[in-house]
Amino acid sequence: MASAAQRRIKSISYAKYGYMFILPFFIVYFFFQLYPLLNTFIVSFHGNGLNVDDFVGFENYKTILFGGDRRANAIHETFVTSLKNTIILWVGNFIPQLALSLSLAVWFTEANLKIPGKGFFKVVMYLPNIITAASVAVLFLQLCGQSETNPGFLNQFLSKIGVVDYDATSKKYDVIPFIEGVWQPRGVIMFIQTWMWFGNTMIMLMSGIQGINPSLFEAASIDGASSGQVFRKITLPLLTPIMAYTLVTSMIGGLQMFDIPFLYHRGTAVNEDVQTIAVMIYEYFHAQLEQSKMGLAGAASVLLFFITLVLGCISFYLTRDKDEIAKKKQRKKIAKQLKQESKQFGGFSV
Amino acid sequence: MSKMKSVYGEPKDNYSSKLKIKSTILFVWFVILTLICLLPIYILIINATRDHSEIANSLSFIPGSSLGKNFNTIATNGNFKLSYDALNGYKNSLIITVSSTFLTVFFSAMTAYGIHVYDFKLKEISYTVILLVMMVPVQVTSAGFVSFMADLKLTNTYIPLILPAIAAPSVVYFMRSYMKSSFPLEIVEAARIDGCNEFRTFVSIAIPMMKPAIAVQAIFAFIASWNNFYTPSMILINVKLKQKTLPMMVSALQASDKLNDFGAVYLAIALAIIPIIIAYVFLSRFIIAGVALGGVKE
Repeated sequence: MASAAQRRIKSISYAKYGYMFILPFFIVYFFFQLYPLLNTFIVSFHGNGLNVDDFVGFENYKTILFGGDRRANAIHETFVTSLKNTIILWVGNFIPQLALSLSLAVWFTEANLKIPGKGFFKVVMYLPNIITAASVAVLFLQLCGQSETNPGFLNQFLSKIGVVDYDATSKKYDVIPFIEGVWQPRGVIMFIQTWMWFGNTMIMLMSGIQGINPSLFEAASIDGASSGQVFRKITLPLLTPIMAYTLVTSMIGGLQMFDIPFLYHRGTAVNEDVQTIAVMIYEYFHAQLEQSKMGLAGAASVLLFFITLVLGCISFYLTRDKDEIAKKKQRKKIAKQLKQESKQFGGFSV
Repeated sequence: MSKMKSVYGEPKDNYSSKLKIKSTILFVWFVILTLICLLPIYILIINATRDHSEIANSLSFIPGSSLGKNFNTIATNGNFKLSYDALNGYKNSLIITVSSTFLTVFFSAMTAYGIHVYDFKLKEISYTVILLVMMVPVQVTSAGFVSFMADLKLTNTYIPLILPAIAAPSVVYFMRSYMKSSFPLEIVEAARIDGCNEFRTFVSIAIPMMKPAIAVQAIFAFIASWNNFYTPSMILINVKLKQKTLPMMVSALQASDKLNDFGAVYLAIALAIIPIIIAYVFLSRFIIAGVALGGVKE
């Protein structure tokens, strides 16, 4: 028999507290993010290159996606190059980064490996991530300097080991163009991104591995599983949610890559070979006073939004929890069966 | 007897010696990675103590003696004074970062808690909305955001840099995932039976239990905000040098081609980087340990 107190607890509805707890988030979200997002959509349908307020329909999108006259073609080409650069830079940093951090996370959490100073290594590998990206860009700009008479650290180092020629009479270096080349600056930026983010990813994955019930690993080691088997059969499947999180955040981060490509150049113009979509939007947005490219910036933003959306959905689909889905299906099936059975008995549940 | 010993003895020795070799190889690999991680920062510090012509002529791994001279250049040289003011940069960045980190962590934990603990009609929908929202890049909203802030006359203030931190979808997502795996609802019921009100349950039971997740997310939020260059440079359009954040000042070093003294440039970058490295050295234990599991196990 249920006591009076138990019955009372059941009858209290706590739903209103749920709303109270999530309210601040949604108020701020609507005010500072959703409205600006809608505003961006509105802006993307306006501005014809002369006046920001004119409604032009899909013309901005048409210009960016397909070009048209000479001016439109130039904008279209900039967009395509920026998209290509963004993809190149992201892929070139994510693959080494994930390989590095996943292997490190597994090695660091393996209990029977006796490696001294694990704590120190973890601390040092996370270090680059806390440094401001803007400072890092300026620092690498100094280190990768390509002046013939006063090159940066990298060219000096390469001449020491004999890769870069040094002419002693004219005191000039035959420098590698780490700033103004095509693939050299791309390589440098990929390196910087990997350098900065692998420690971060490693710690995220490690926290995931440590969240796995240790008795599973114990049982596996008692049963004589090799470390490869443990990785494939225990660590990897149970790590899927955290991996999904890492993949999605890295992808979104990659599309937003701004600070380093924006700052990694000498002089005033951004290097076209590393110009990402985010840089393009920023440039167009700031060019509004002279050329009124505000609408184009809005349209490019909206396109970026849809690209992100598609990528996010794909990665969620690929890394979804298959067991959970199977269970849900089963539950639905059982519920359906019960319904049918209850119908058989004339609508009364048994 | 001896045969049996060899049968049972060998595989074990083999196993441990294999482990030893693996450990050694990994140790060497870790040392190499460590060197790669530290080299750029080390060179930065070394070059900050060297003279412009020394840097131009040779590379060195030993500190020079021009630290004072470089400091002097930053403080007195007209070109540097126009674009770089480290002390005010620290102050401004710290104000923005500390307040936005607190807001992010507290309100994200609260939102995740609300969705995880309570049953209400819009529960699933609101969580789906948060997941969708997580994917919206800053760049997408920035054009609309800046023009909206300009309408409200909030550009060139810190409010648009601090207040939006309350809504951090990715942090909510992480906290919810964490709560799913290690925050049993029985605890909330136990607290209710003991007469604890809902908000107090959250503050004095859920938050301490979520400390590992909160620590990790606070660090990420702090880093993201401290390192943010995009939003401040869009919002703080025409403020005086005194009100700029540190990343904005450092980026100005790149934009100007009048700063020809490389020693001083290195020192200016070092001044922006070193304080946070020092803070990291003290906090790192907490940072790395923060990922361990807390609270009740099933």
